[in-house]
Order: sequence, then C-alpha cells, then structure tokens
Amino acid sequence: MKMRFDAVLVVLVVASALGVISAQHQARKFYSELEREQVRARGLEVEWGQLQLEQSTWAAHARVEKLAREKLGMRPPAQGQVMVVEP
Amino acid sequence: MRKNQRTVTFNHNPLLKRELPMWRPRFLLLALLAGSLTLTGRALYLQGVNNDFLQAKGESRYARTLEIPATRGRITDRHGDMLAVSTPVRSVWAMPSDAKLEPAQARELARMLEMEVNELNDKLATQRDFVYLKRQLSPELAQRIADLKLPGIHEQKEYRRYYPGGEVSAHILGFTNVEDRGQEGIELAFEKQLAGAPGLRRVIKDRRGQIIEDVTAVRPPREGEDIALAIDGKIQYLAWSALRDTMEQHKAKAGAAVVIDTRSGEILALVNAPTFNPNNRSNLTGEQLRNRVFTDSFEPGSVMKPFIAGLALERGKVKPTTMVDVSAGRMTIGTATISDSHRHNKPMTVAEVIQKSSNIGTVKLAQYFSPTEMWQLFDDLGFGTPLNLGFPGETGGRLRPAKSWKPIEQATMSYGHGISVSLIQMARAYLTFARDGELVPLSLTRVDGEVSNGRRIFSVETARAVRAMLESVTQTGGTATKAQVAGYRVGGKTGTALKIENGRYTKRYIASFVGFAPVSNPRLVVAVMIDEPSAGSYYAGTVAGPLFSRVMEASLRSLGVAPDAPLTPLQLARRQTEERADAATLRESM
Repeated sequence: MKMRFDAVLVVLVVASALGVISAQHQARKFYSELEREQVRARGLEVEWGQLQLEQSTWAAHARVEKLAREKLGMRPPAQGQVMVVEP
Repeated sequence: MRKNQRTVTFNHNPLLKRELPMWRPRFLLLALLAGSLTLTGRALYLQGVNNDFLQAKGESRYARTLEIPATRGRITDRHGDMLAVSTPVRSVWAMPSDAKLEPAQARELARMLEMEVNELNDKLATQRDFVYLKRQLSPELAQRIADLKLPGIHEQKEYRRYYPGGEVSAHILGFTNVEDRGQEGIELAFEKQLAGAPGLRRVIKDRRGQIIEDVTAVRPPREGEDIALAIDGKIQYLAWSALRDTMEQHKAKAGAAVVIDTRSGEILALVNAPTFNPNNRSNLTGEQLRNRVFTDSFEPGSVMKPFIAGLALERGKVKPTTMVDVSAGRMTIGTATISDSHRHNKPMTVAEVIQKSSNIGTVKLAQYFSPTEMWQLFDDLGFGTPLNLGFPGETGGRLRPAKSWKPIEQATMSYGHGISVSLIQMARAYLTFARDGELVPLSLTRVDGEVSNGRRIFSVETARAVRAMLESVTQTGGTATKAQVAGYRVGGKTGTALKIENGRYTKRYIASFVGFAPVSNPRLVVAVMIDEPSAGSYYAGTVAGPLFSRVMEASLRSLGVAPDAPLTPLQLARRQTEERADAATLRESM
C-alpha cells in the first residue's frame, strides 16, 4: 500500500518537473520573440525618422519654389489678379 | 586452525601494545576539528556574509547589462514640419595593433571610406590603441564595411543631426556637435529637453547570445522631447529669400529680419545673413555663425522716435496736430549741435515730425521729460535688459542709468543715438503700438492658448494715434513709401544710423525698418536690418523699406490675413448678397 502511494508521488513529481521545464522553455521562446519584435520596432522608428527627413528634404521650400518657377512656370499673382472673397 | 596460525592479528598487533602518549590522538582530533571548523566558517562566510564577489562572478557568465538607446528630440516648425532630426549613423574605428591589412584589403577599405590609401595607412600606423577612420557613415555603407570582416576594424553606433531646411533656418536652430549635443541656437537653448538619456537594463543571455530573460530595468531610458517652434517654415523661407536678394542687391555686409505674430508674441521667422549650411560645417567663420538678431546690438537711429512721440501724447504734453518749430534746421545743446538730414523750412505737426523723421522735432518732444522719465520708458519697453528667451548669447543692448545722462545725451537718445538695442528688442517694443499699447513677452516655441501677462505701456488712444503717424511714414510725403504693401495698410519707421567702432562713429551705416500691418488691426510686426549697404544708397527708406515690404507681403499672404486697403486696380470685395445672387443664377443655369 505504502509502496503504491510512493510511486504515485514520484510520478506526480516527475510530471510537475517536466511541466516546469516546458513552461520555462515556452517563456523563454516568447521572450526572445518579444525581444525580436522590440528590435524591429526600434528599427521601424529609425526608418520613420529617416523617411520624415527624406520627406522634408523633398518638400523643402527652396526646392518647391525652384520647381514651381522653372519647371511649371508658376509665379506669384500680380496686383489686380487677386480677388478677395469676404465671408 | 589456519586463523590461529597467524601470529599477528590486528587487535593483537604488538605495536598497539606500546602505550602512546595521550596527547597525540587528542591533538590530531583537535587539529581535524579545527580544520573542519575553518572550512565550515569559510563556507558560511562566502555563502552568507561576503557573497557579492562570487555572485557577481557567477552572474557575469550569463547576465549582461545592455544600454537602451534614446534619441534626441526632433525640432519642428509650428505646423509640425521637420527642422532637425537625429538619425543613427556609424563610425568606423580601428585598433592599429590588430589591423594588419593586406594591400588589397586596404585599397578596398579606403575606396569605401572615400579616402586615399596612404591616408588610411598613415592612420593605421599610429602608436595609439584607438583611431577613428571615419565618423558618421550611413548605416548601409557601414554594413558593407562590416561584411568585409577585416581584422581590427570595428564600428560604433552614433547619432547624427540633419537639418532638412539647410541654411534657411541655420541661425535659429543652431547645431549639435559630433556627440549630438547642442552647441548653438535652439539646440543649445533647449538642450535639457531635447537631449535623451540612454537607459540600462540587465538581461540573461543564453549560450547563443539570445536574450532569454529580462532581470531588471536598471534605469529606464528617457527619450528626448520634441520641440515645436513658433517658426512658420514658409514665412521663414520667404523672409530668407527676400533677405538674400536684398543683400545681393545692396552689396551689404550683413542683414537680419524678424517676423512676430502680434496676437501671441510668437517669433514666426528669424533670419540672418550671411548664413551657413548646418549639414556641412567645414570652413565656418564667426561672421556666418552670428545670430545678429539676438547677439548684436546697434544704435537704432530714428526707429526710436515714435516712442518719444507716444510718451508725449500719453502724458498729454502734445496732440498729433500740435505744431513744433523745426525751421531753424539746427539746434544747439551745450556745446553740441543737432541738425536734420533734410532741412524743413516751416513748423510741422507732431505727426509730421514722425512722418518726415525730424531729429529736432523729436528732441523738442523729449525736452518735456526728465531723464528719469525717459529712462523709465526705455526700461518699460525692455531696452537694456536681455529678453531672457534662453537663447545663447542674447544681448541686452546698452542703456545707461538716467543719473549719468547729460542734456545732449538725452537729446540724442530720443532719436536713437547713444543707446543701443538688438533687433529683436526693437521688434518686440513695436508690439506696443501693434497691440494697442500692450507689451507681451516673445516666444520661440509655439504658444497654444492665450497670452495673458501683457503689460500696458501706452493707452489704446495713444497707441492708435502713433499707429496713424507710422502709417503716414509709408504714404506720400513719408520717408519710406517703398515699404508699402499692395492691399494692406502698413505702418512703420525707418532708421539710418552710423555704426560705432571702438567708441567712434564711422562712415558706415545700418539701415533698419520696423513696422506692422494691417494698420486697422495689426497682425504682424516685421523688423529688418541691413548692415553696411554699399551699392549706392544707404538710406533706410530705399534699402530696408523694400525688404520690409517683401517680407510683410509674403507673410500676410501666407497667413491669409484679410486685406484692409483696396488693391490697385480696385478689386470688388464680394458681398454676401452678390454671392447669393451668383448662387441663384448658378442654380437656374443648371
């Protein structure tokens, strides 16, 4: 009787130990996944900054004015070409 | 029996028969006991008391402290457009003792770093342990260099600041050094907010170097704050291009312009010339770096006159129509003589004194007051003390205490000589007229919400009366008809002052113009200054007036301020009734 009880306890202990190992493994796997995603997020943040920089370089007022004047032949309206609309 | 045949058994060993002295086993026992006590004690000591060292040793096998990077805050204009952004770059460095490169490898590396092979070899030949080969490379190029896997060549991550606006807003923004710390301008003024502090965290790494557990965040990172300036990118650009053209046209040494929103005291534009490219700062000179608007003070000249007229009106000494006798053309105070640049033959009104910028007329107005009263006015207007916007190197100008004023000095100060101010101080003082007599603090950053801490200098009536006088300056008969802006009523004052060098007046001039528009309800104050115009005219009316006009017109249009003067040729201002009629006809025709 006592022997059987001991055997059950041993089985339970082993099962619990395996459970702990598997849980720990899972936790580490998830954690490294989280870590990878965080690195990716930082990378994206950096890329966003670079894209903003690129956008503002393309949209620099000096460049826009040059293109508008030279390529599109635009100019500021002269006096008399402006109509003022009052609300 | 065989057993008995043995003569010597263990228990009957003759050696045992010999009596040993009693102390020997006891001594041995005690020695063993002492040894085991020592070991136990040592074990307890290492486990319980002095366990730091060994734990640290153990931890160092698996735990690592990692730095969490923090980036410097961005600077944007009032609409959120980027003015300064930090982005990661890499620096390539070498340990010369380890870097034994094959000639082919050295050639390849030199080609990628865009330097001569000899230069590279020279750098690697030094006795130092650490030498930068090239700093701030793009991450892509740095990766390709890392892929070569050259011995002794390492890379390090850094940040570099980029200014997409280039030279347009170089002076207001300033710049950072190679460590990404602010050195000038806003970058220095707001260093505390902009700078981030990298964090630290402890992690457990496995054999493959992967992080498997976060132990503690030793110090959380603090990202740099973004700063939204009051600057309007478009107005800034327009002001800069107007200033650049004027500088070329008049072959001037330097120049500056400021645009201020009268409603909030925000600085919408601040430009300086000569300027520099903040993205490439080799061969910079001090002249280029100077932010004249804040750091240089000059004798403002006639720009000062309206304040004296305002004070005289405020105290009820005169009315705008009071006649002032200026016909003598010269005036003697003590041993000195004051004269007008253009002689006026007959007496003129106070309004005309301002319109035609008469020195004698202004001095006569100033003579109603004691030095203390005038000093108080100047002090109230903020002359003599820095604005304390936090901008590095801000000057307060020079305003001597009233006690030391001689009568001639009081006279010359009334028309802006013997006192010096910075352009930003003068622009701010003009807010008094534009805001119906109230002076508000300026702001470099965007102001969300109402400004309340205004300070009354003049009454509403006085401010409006002076505004009318200043409008006449830009009209026929005034000194600055070229400052007019089509469609808007503008007011302002010219100032042509001699420069002082080493305490003596020179033959060189500073032409300035400070004004506001629309006069009916001022929205903007614009102040411009041209240092040493040397292509013909040096009068403010012809040099600074047109620049003021261009900057003002561009700013008003950009802000969509409603015109308060008829455009020429007259444009019909459409009324609601007409629009309704239009809409009705439109519906009928559909």
